[in-house]
Amino acid sequence: MADEIPVGCARPTGSVEGEPGIALNPIEKEKSVKGGPAAMIKVGKKAPDFTAPAYHKGKFTNFKLSDHLGKWVVLCFYPGDFTFV
Amino acid sequence: MSVDSIFVHKMWNDTELSKMVKGGIPFPMLSDGGGRVGSVYGIYDEDAGVETRGRFLIDPDGIVQGFEVLTPPVGRNVSETLRQIQAFQIVRQSKGGEATPSGWKPGKATLKPGPDLVGKVWEVWKVEQAFD
Repeated sequence: MADEIPVGCARPTGSVEGEPGIALNPIEKEKSVKGGPAAMIKVGKKAPDFTAPAYHKGKFTNFKLSDHLGKWVVLCFYPGDFTFV
Repeated sequence: MSVDSIFVHKMWNDTELSKMVKGGIPFPMLSDGGGRVGSVYGIYDEDAGVETRGRFLIDPDGIVQGFEVLTPPVGRNVSETLRQIQAFQIVRQSKGGEATPSGWKPGKATLKPGPDLVGKVWEVWKVEQAFD
């Protein structure tokens, strides 16, 4: 499920399933900023699937949201490590 | 999840958070450098380059049942998050046969929506219960 990932000097980061693994091109970005369908989260609708690298109990792993179907997931975003709140 | 790297997550856990939580953070600390995931969830602040305090409840079918977004200076109420999950679990178990009124907590009465309850909520639920 959550395979340990090899660690190099690169900084692996999260990516949205179904989107290319590189930064959005300017046209797509424009769309999402203007609130296209991809930018809207609605209650009662599917949570966008994503994969993100994780630090978990001493290991670097990969977390894929859809691997956790069958359980409740609390997904919390926050501004930054070592900030205060 | 934040825009910090997994390396910074490790250092934050090891040097500070593990002093607050015995054994360190028990759940995965996710990294979203560039804010791609945060953008899709609508909580990435492009001007500041950070993610705002978004919290999403996702049910076992992958459906978003609720969310809350705060600006950075105000922290969350974890008890309220747990209460909401418990409420959603009761609704799910009853396949929608039960609903939880305002102020509901585990152990308190739920409502059973149906023709007999229309216009009769005042008999089974009091406003004070919203503030318990």
